[in-house]
Amino acid sequence: MRNTLAKIFAALSMLLIPVAVFAEYKLNLQTPNTALGQTIFDLHTLVNWLCVVIFVAVFGFMFYAVFAHRKSVGHKAAQFHEHFWIEVAWTIIPCVILVALAVPATRALIELRDTSEPDMTIKATGYQWKWGYDYLKGEGEGISFISSIATPRAQIEGATPEDRAARKANPHYLLETDNHVVVPVGKKVRVLVTAADVIHAWWVPALAVKQDAVPGFIRDTWFKAEQPGIFRGQCAELCGKDHGFMPIVVEVKSAADYTKWVESQQVNIKKPVVADAADKQWTLDELKARGEKVYATNCVACHMPTGAGNPPAFPALSGSKVVSGAKDAALAVVLNGIVKDGKPTAMASFRHLPDADLASVLTYARNNWANKTGDMIAPAEVKAARAAAK
Amino acid sequence: MSTASHDTTLGQAHGHDDHAHEHKPYGMMRWIGSTNHKDIGTMYLWFSFSMFLVGGVMALIIRAELFQPGLQIVRPEFFNSMITYHGLIMVFGAIMPAFVGFANWLIPMQIGAPDMAFPRMNNLSFWLLPPAALLLIAAQFVPGGGAGVGWTMYAPLTTQAGPAMDLTIFAVHILGMSSIMGSINIITTLLNMRAPGMGLMKMPLFCWTWLITAYLLVASMPVLAGAVTMTLTDRHFGTNFFNAAGGGDPVLYQHIFWFFGHPEVYIIAIPAFGVVSQVIPAFSRKPLFGYASMVYATASIAILSFLVWAHHMYTVGMPVEAQLYFMYATTLIAIPTGVKVFNWVATMWKGSLTFETPMLFAIGFLFLFTLGGFTGLVLSIVPVDVQLHDTYYVVAHFHYVMVAGALFSAFAGIYFWLPKWTGRMYNETLGKWHFWLSLIFFNVTFFVQHFLGLAGMPRRVPDYALQFAEFNAISSIGAFGFGLAQLLFLYIVVKCITGGEKAEERQWEGADSLEWTHLPSPAPYHSFTTPPVLK
Repeated sequence: MRNTLAKIFAALSMLLIPVAVFAEYKLNLQTPNTALGQTIFDLHTLVNWLCVVIFVAVFGFMFYAVFAHRKSVGHKAAQFHEHFWIEVAWTIIPCVILVALAVPATRALIELRDTSEPDMTIKATGYQWKWGYDYLKGEGEGISFISSIATPRAQIEGATPEDRAARKANPHYLLETDNHVVVPVGKKVRVLVTAADVIHAWWVPALAVKQDAVPGFIRDTWFKAEQPGIFRGQCAELCGKDHGFMPIVVEVKSAADYTKWVESQQVNIKKPVVADAADKQWTLDELKARGEKVYATNCVACHMPTGAGNPPAFPALSGSKVVSGAKDAALAVVLNGIVKDGKPTAMASFRHLPDADLASVLTYARNNWANKTGDMIAPAEVKAARAAAK
Repeated sequence: MSTASHDTTLGQAHGHDDHAHEHKPYGMMRWIGSTNHKDIGTMYLWFSFSMFLVGGVMALIIRAELFQPGLQIVRPEFFNSMITYHGLIMVFGAIMPAFVGFANWLIPMQIGAPDMAFPRMNNLSFWLLPPAALLLIAAQFVPGGGAGVGWTMYAPLTTQAGPAMDLTIFAVHILGMSSIMGSINIITTLLNMRAPGMGLMKMPLFCWTWLITAYLLVASMPVLAGAVTMTLTDRHFGTNFFNAAGGGDPVLYQHIFWFFGHPEVYIIAIPAFGVVSQVIPAFSRKPLFGYASMVYATASIAILSFLVWAHHMYTVGMPVEAQLYFMYATTLIAIPTGVKVFNWVATMWKGSLTFETPMLFAIGFLFLFTLGGFTGLVLSIVPVDVQLHDTYYVVAHFHYVMVAGALFSAFAGIYFWLPKWTGRMYNETLGKWHFWLSLIFFNVTFFVQHFLGLAGMPRRVPDYALQFAEFNAISSIGAFGFGLAQLLFLYIVVKCITGGEKAEERQWEGADSLEWTHLPSPAPYHSFTTPPVLK
């Protein structure tokens, strides 16, 4: 018994090692990068210590009894039971401790929920399985993008030794995105959180924010980063198949760098993204080649590389009557998503993709696997369908 | 409530005046048509153990996948199905039926009754379980596979799921019916069939905990049935309870679910408290320190359990006032829970302690359940929970409460009462091996998960970032060790039944409830055909 106890206490005592060591060995909360995060960190340390002290005290009594009051050492059982003042004491003392604990907890909670007077506001929208960001207010207003996991699927699947080696060498495996959420340092950023399909949760541990993203409702949270740097988080609410693969990366920049970033983004905003290469004359093969890439980024997770999907939630594209049927029906699916009985399905709208991407991915799907339409959908047709839908 | 009436349903003659002369039906019909509380209790326990193995295999699939980063063994959708059915099967198939099994075996013996109040309903409430279990298992094999929605079955993910979801909903309905019938039976038995002189405040604490649990079940199971029925109509009949686009609210589901779900936590924990409250005094050779305060503490926990549901939803977005209320109410639960822990320790204090297997498991329960209680206190603090919600810290927390709590208590109970049930003793050395292996591997599996959660690993993910690799590997090794140790338990129980040494009527010198003082080992088929004479 002594050995196991020693083991348990050794493990417990790891909780007591000073904070600096924690971060290195990942035994404690991540190093906070906000004042509120530090408050929460300290609050956790306080509660944890409190628990350790009470635990050691209570089980100190128990293990003393285990060693001293055993029959094998000839201890005779006393027959006492019930003692009014002891019972009052062990009811009242915990009450006092809890009230003392409630004071800092209440203070931290009220601060946590105070989203008033932000310097800027960003909306984060959860999709299966990526995040969309819209800069609503403050410097950078109007910036809007989708952020998907950047870790290659091959590293996750690890089918070959090279893929597995690449995974092992990737310091940000699963925690990297194609587009970072960029924010300025020292500014109060309010994040409006919502979702398009099912419930997700927007969580960045070092910024001490976690907020569920509920479809049809908007919730808010906030943070004020103290140091520039890159901070990584993940979706925290089970949202279906690729719940584990929708990371969040927040890049905190100095005010000057942030302004530069905003300028670079605004150049892109002025140049309408959807019109990318719309006037170009495409050939079938060019569209198919581009479509293969678009498919690998946006579609492959559900519809699979073979186009066989994963029915019934994710139907097969190979041999599908919708895919190789009338062009406008196929276009409507990617532009509007599929709504069944008034409820959104896992097939979300891909309206945010440029015309050329939608045109090429449809062309790819209509001329791949068992689908042999032999025709192509030109970006101009996507543009027309988009205009008609408005 | 005469035993003669149920025996005649089986076409059996009944020896009225000689209960030692046992006329019991033989063969399959003894079990299928059984109205005997002991046979039904036995079936509950074996059913629960087989579900424990099924749910355990699912846990091992989860831990095998999480042994290393990357997707190795299963697809993400299958992984999600495993976490869902592992949870549902362990909660509804393994732990709850195990304690109903204890209730069936022990309540009539402990209050001096011949059987349960409604023997035929007792039969039905057991035989509803296998079809429900089959539905849960069949859900794995329908198109699209099992529903990967988590045991909490949050909308609107459930609206997207395939036909497996419908099977799961029906299974939950059936399990709920079984639980409600079982509870009505237990309440009626405890209130009406106590031997003369057995006042409510003289009942063994195990009976008290079940009386309170049964009320919790009757009050909370219909709420769960409502929630899943609303999901069903949202899926198929055009309602929009949980669909914002139709005027509903996905968060409504969570409120309804946790209004059931939090009492459910205590439905599992309270009978476990009851078992431990029988075992610790017996091996301390000293009465329970505060019987009355234990009863009041249990009742307080039960009442509070209906008032704290939204502490499972701190990050969902509620008014700050509501969060404050739920935080304060939740921390209050620490007080009656503390009273119970202090009482158990005070019972051991200055006792004459021995450490047979039941006592070891009870002490393991006390130690680790309290640890789980403390992490619960950490999680009750909203700002801290915002960092820990939906991480492995929560997974570690509830496995300390469910496995080291409820399961260890069930093991304590099995070893404690096996001599009374079978008339034979288990092998004490092997029992102790089972305890130490379980204790060590349990902690190897779950203690490190606290660190994973603190460092930021979300729960319910099939793959994780590289900094979590070491602790996940340790946790997986622990899980397989824990799983194998349970096969030793099966061996011990089978060996005890088939060839254990003869047990004495009062196998444990400190045990003082009626089944030890008034009934031989093994206990006769009909416990008390005439009520015992109580001082």
